[in-house]
Amino acid sequence: MAETQDALLIAGGDHVHRDDVGIKLGMWLFLFTELILFGGLFLVYAVYRYLHPQEFHLAAQELDALVGTINTILLLTSSLTVAMSITAIREGRKWLSIALVLVTIILALAFLGNKYFEWAHKFEHGIYPRSPLLLEMPPGEILYFGLYFVMTGIHALHVIIGMVVLGFSVRFLWTGVITEHSYVRLEAGALYWHLVDIIWIFLFPLFYLLH
Amino acid sequence: MNASHRDEMAHAPVGYGRLVLLWLGLLGLTGLTVGFAGIELGSLVVVTSLLIASTKAVLVLNVFMHLRFEDRVFRFFVAAALAVLVIFFALTFMDYGFHG
Repeated sequence: MAETQDALLIAGGDHVHRDDVGIKLGMWLFLFTELILFGGLFLVYAVYRYLHPQEFHLAAQELDALVGTINTILLLTSSLTVAMSITAIREGRKWLSIALVLVTIILALAFLGNKYFEWAHKFEHGIYPRSPLLLEMPPGEILYFGLYFVMTGIHALHVIIGMVVLGFSVRFLWTGVITEHSYVRLEAGALYWHLVDIIWIFLFPLFYLLH
Repeated sequence: MNASHRDEMAHAPVGYGRLVLLWLGLLGLTGLTVGFAGIELGSLVVVTSLLIASTKAVLVLNVFMHLRFEDRVFRFFVAAALAVLVIFFALTFMDYGFHG
């Protein structure tokens, strides 16, 4: 706790007050609200899967496990690059850090591209919220697809927000707001990105690997 | 003036090698969970896939999110948040379990 206490002290002289630990704790507290948001959705999923096991399995046959696997690899790799960008800036390698965050954003774009084609494919087959084909299915399958669209949709929204946050990180790195000595903004953005990855780690087997 | 700033985060930067190693581990676990889903394990598939997903999440939390290297208070908060989630699930399934 020593460094926490220290950081909370407002020192005089040329030491400008900074509370990096506080900023990170605040970020974690925000992540907990995200955890409860997705946790609630996972709870709804668990209950409906418990009530309609066969229909969930049948509906899941419609999803392409390969697309899900590719997207998992993309997000895991993007988590690696954003984690490496923190190490890079701490070593004072500004341009390497910027490049790594940019790679992260490109991987996020690839993830969204995959998601777009996946959803478009479903729409072409007449599967979208309240579609005539969907409403003729048994209740369990309607629930599965409802949860699929809501949960992967909210997750994709988080990917988009994460890209904006990472975009700001690139700007801050570029303009020298994030430096070798002050990188908590990059850490906070990375924490958000890793959370998006963790949510997907659970979405992937629960929706794509039910065969 | 900036240079006189003392780094207020105590832990050393996490090495690239360690990060890449974790990434390889996560890819391996992904392959494992896809492989398990391919064979007929019945209800065991849910258990194995959730176990593997939880292992991946713990690894991401510990290394990518630096939880392992941070002050203990961070781990305490994360544990408390996860406990709340576990309580949600436990209470809900106590109800559904008894209703059959």
